[in-house]
Amino acid sequence: MAEPLFTPQERKTFDEGIAEILTHYPADRKSAAMLPALRLLQTLKGWLPPEGMVLVAEKLSTSRARAYEVATFYVMFHTERPGKYTVDVCTNLSCSLWGAEKLLAYLEQKLGLKAGEKNEQFFLRETECLASCGTAPCLQINEDHHESLTREKVDQIFAKLT
Amino acid sequence: MNVEKVISKNWGNPDSFTLKAYQKSGGYQGLKKALELAPADVLAEVKKSNLRGRGGAGFPTGLKWSFVPKDNPKPKYLAINADESEPGTFKDRYIMEDDPHMMLEGIAIACWALGAHQCYVYIRGEFKHGAERVNAAIAEAYAAGIFGKKVMGKDFPLEVYLVRGAGAYICGEETALLESLEGKKGWPRLKPPFPAVVGLFGSPTVVNNVETVASLPSIFEKGAEWYAKLGTEKSGGTHLVCLSGSVNRPGVYELSMHTTLRELIESDQYGQGLPAGRKVKAVIPGGSSAPVLTADDLDTAIEFEALKGKMTMAGSGGVIVMDDSTCLVRSLWRVARFYAEESCGQCTPCREGTPWQTRLLRKIEEGRGEPGDIDILLGVAHAIAPFPPIGLGNTICALGDAAALPTHSFVHKFREEFEAHITEHRCPYGDSPWGHFGGWA
Repeated sequence: MAEPLFTPQERKTFDEGIAEILTHYPADRKSAAMLPALRLLQTLKGWLPPEGMVLVAEKLSTSRARAYEVATFYVMFHTERPGKYTVDVCTNLSCSLWGAEKLLAYLEQKLGLKAGEKNEQFFLRETECLASCGTAPCLQINEDHHESLTREKVDQIFAKLT
Repeated sequence: MNVEKVISKNWGNPDSFTLKAYQKSGGYQGLKKALELAPADVLAEVKKSNLRGRGGAGFPTGLKWSFVPKDNPKPKYLAINADESEPGTFKDRYIMEDDPHMMLEGIAIACWALGAHQCYVYIRGEFKHGAERVNAAIAEAYAAGIFGKKVMGKDFPLEVYLVRGAGAYICGEETALLESLEGKKGWPRLKPPFPAVVGLFGSPTVVNNVETVASLPSIFEKGAEWYAKLGTEKSGGTHLVCLSGSVNRPGVYELSMHTTLRELIESDQYGQGLPAGRKVKAVIPGGSSAPVLTADDLDTAIEFEALKGKMTMAGSGGVIVMDDSTCLVRSLWRVARFYAEESCGQCTPCREGTPWQTRLLRKIEEGRGEPGDIDILLGVAHAIAPFPPIGLGNTICALGDAAALPTHSFVHKFREEFEAHITEHRCPYGDSPWGHFGGWA
């Protein structure tokens, strides 16, 4: 038999979390909670497993298609298992003017991945403006933000990752 | 030109993000005064202040509020657009991280004026730190009786919720934001009806930018006349400008509406000039969608009307400087790529046109451009949105315009640089297209 989606503890967190989120919306607008509900699922599982999205759709009294549509529209939602660390490097104009293309090349070499590729540990992506234009270049690892990056600083950040 | 700080006055102070520090600096006095006024009088004050929206369009805030119908029996909503994502823009992030209560106080004032008992703050998904700060501040405001069943003792219930986006620039467009708040993909709606009439959950809704509502407390604390006088005839107050690119000291600066681009870039208290030996080649004055300006335009005030006079816009306050060693084809390619990535795919001209622009620009940048490519590029941009003037887009929302305006303006003002790429079959800047700081430390 396939492993259950949640551990009992995760299931409790999920159920209570969804119940709390639903209090923020009108009773006849449960499906409005889709983004926070998917975020909760992803926080628990690291990505959005299909059976999890089915559960979200049921909780929100909406269709599975709606859950999947939303999940695939927004780049921060992972409908496939990403690496342990998703590394998003901003290469937009302001960051590129402060070396972002060189930063990306350095990471590609350091991680042995091209932008857009992933392995067990890392998923390296180019991303769009992260509002660090004044402290460029910048990157985000999962949801943690790092700015004013130098080679040294990048090495230090990655040395701490396991 | 020095100006009294209104929005950024508390930044950098110890614990500036806490309720205690905010109240110590006079916080929530504006709300107290606003609550003594009738909602209609609050609206009149905002109109008198000449406050204009700081999210991009510069629409008069009081006028926007006045579009909410008085006789509609449905609940009214306030939605705060904290989905700051326009390249070159990073001011709302600092408000939310350093002084979230200033935004929350503005929310309470706006809701009182509008008769809205619910407010959703839609913050972009990437702002984890900002979301933590805003959530903590909301909790403090509930605990202190500022939000909840009564707003500061007044018989006026107010619930404020923070909703995090999940990575989609389009959700900064106000109707896409509403779609996203309703739990859908961010596809902009056809207007009319405007959100003020049919917005969130089909109810009248005002969507305001973070900086816009953060400007409200001081308007009520110190008076609408005082606020209007800080600005120009048509734009009240001060504003936050985000300076990035080839300058020695990038950052967010609070400026008078009279400050020029030159002053921002060169002044010791702001950008501190370009690195030695470099000069300005191009400046984007209001976020990456704003038509580009040249070194000849530096004496323009960074303000709605003055920039409109230069056929560009103050937009979201993002000023991006490119020095004379920067390749503008590559710069425009980066901008075009952004809009191609962020096009929601709903309208054909934008869905098909934005990647086409990107491919053509990449081709030219790599030295594979052919005679005629520049005209094809302009043709594609024209099909998305003709220019000038701004606002002729063939798409449901302004993302189409935002994607086409840079192309029109870069090619129009720097055509010889595009042609050089084609005739020389290479980028004239070789391996160093990104100007002084582009080589990375």
